[in-house]
Amino acid sequence: MDKYVCNVCGYVYDPEAGDPDSGVDPGTAFADLPADWVCPVCGADKSEFSKED
Amino acid sequence: MRAVEIAKGVYNVGVIDWNIRDFHGYSTEKGSTYNAFLIVDEKVVLIDTVKKGFEDQLLDNISRIIDPKKIDIMISNHTEMDHSGSLPKIMHYIGEEKPLYCSKMGLKNLAQHFKQQWNYHGVENGEELNIGSRTLTFLETRMLHWPDSMFTYCKEDKILFSSDAFGQHYAGYEMFDDVVGHTIMSHAKKYFANILMLYAPKILKLIEHVGEIGLDIEMICPDHGIIWRKDPGKIIEAYAQWSRQIPEKKAIVVYDTMWHSTQKMAEAISAGISAEGVSARPIHIRSSHRSDIMTEVLDAKAIVVGSPTLNNNLFPTVSDILTYMKGLKPKNKIGAAFGSYGWSGESVKLISAELEAMKFDMIEPGMKIQYVPDSDGLASCMEFGRQIGRAVNRQ
Repeated sequence: MDKYVCNVCGYVYDPEAGDPDSGVDPGTAFADLPADWVCPVCGADKSEFSKED
Repeated sequence: MRAVEIAKGVYNVGVIDWNIRDFHGYSTEKGSTYNAFLIVDEKVVLIDTVKKGFEDQLLDNISRIIDPKKIDIMISNHTEMDHSGSLPKIMHYIGEEKPLYCSKMGLKNLAQHFKQQWNYHGVENGEELNIGSRTLTFLETRMLHWPDSMFTYCKEDKILFSSDAFGQHYAGYEMFDDVVGHTIMSHAKKYFANILMLYAPKILKLIEHVGEIGLDIEMICPDHGIIWRKDPGKIIEAYAQWSRQIPEKKAIVVYDTMWHSTQKMAEAISAGISAEGVSARPIHIRSSHRSDIMTEVLDAKAIVVGSPTLNNNLFPTVSDILTYMKGLKPKNKIGAAFGSYGWSGESVKLISAELEAMKFDMIEPGMKIQYVPDSDGLASCMEFGRQIGRAVNRQ
């Protein structure tokens, strides 16, 4: 599964780790994140992420 | 700086740093201030502290108003050390058990700066705190300019304590916009260009959000420089304008040089741009500070960069400004590269790659001249400048 990087702050969403602090289980693909999920560091929404090279 | 009452029961108890000239790589030719705000109500509140080393002055300023031990609540709007550096001493002095309010990210970040187990209260966005006759509201402003950044707003006094936003590095006894004069806007612009430019899209969203929730602002108290009380709308409008990054009809030619060849090229290119009616200026990197160059970048349409080739590479100062510029994410720019070289001539290609990575609209090919430009070479540079000038005029 692809990692996605936040264009605002540089945070990397790693599907293997998920985002447990926001209730996202490890193993959740970026595409499967809820629409209202935001970057845990800076609050940017999903549209501000791009696939990591 | 002595404590100054800025509204009934609200004081600026911050300090002046007259002598700082290098603020983490940003040139502060007029020094700076670290503002901290004391509100005396049924509860006594201190908003932010000052840089480490100035804590005694802060305590002295507070003591002119009230015994610092009577402070009931500490608020940290921003974790960065110029505002939190005195926290250990202040918390120790006022009592380690006193509540320390900060954002949720502030809670994490302060804990990574200081090992003390303080009585943290991580606030939710929009959370309110009653302190007697006043209610303070906390507004998360993540990445403006750190993850922990927040504003504190007092609705009764209509004061926004805005942390680093709307600040300026300016040391002076003048504490308000109506006292300091219009030159303060150049310091505010430099601050925006060097600290906040990369977060421009978030600033536009924040200004929109502040309008939506109908925040009534009569005074803005940033953590650096003067307080905006006469016309706080002016600095908000300037932030909106700068954030939109709509460039002026302007080009800057930023270069370094070893034996004046790249300099000659820079000046000929600038003259060519100017001949097309576009404001142009050659800027020699070692005669200017990177933070002043960034202020010029903010509203320029074309960023033209020149470097000699040194040992198959860029001249080091050119790498410095390119790295710094890239991080600040300038938008809507035309880019162009040039340079003199002796035998290998990699510099133009290397500059172009950097500017392309910043998504600049490139004028290709760049301009390379071996050794010293002769009159034909300078005429080519002039024409290259005209080409850049025409591109600026088309946009």
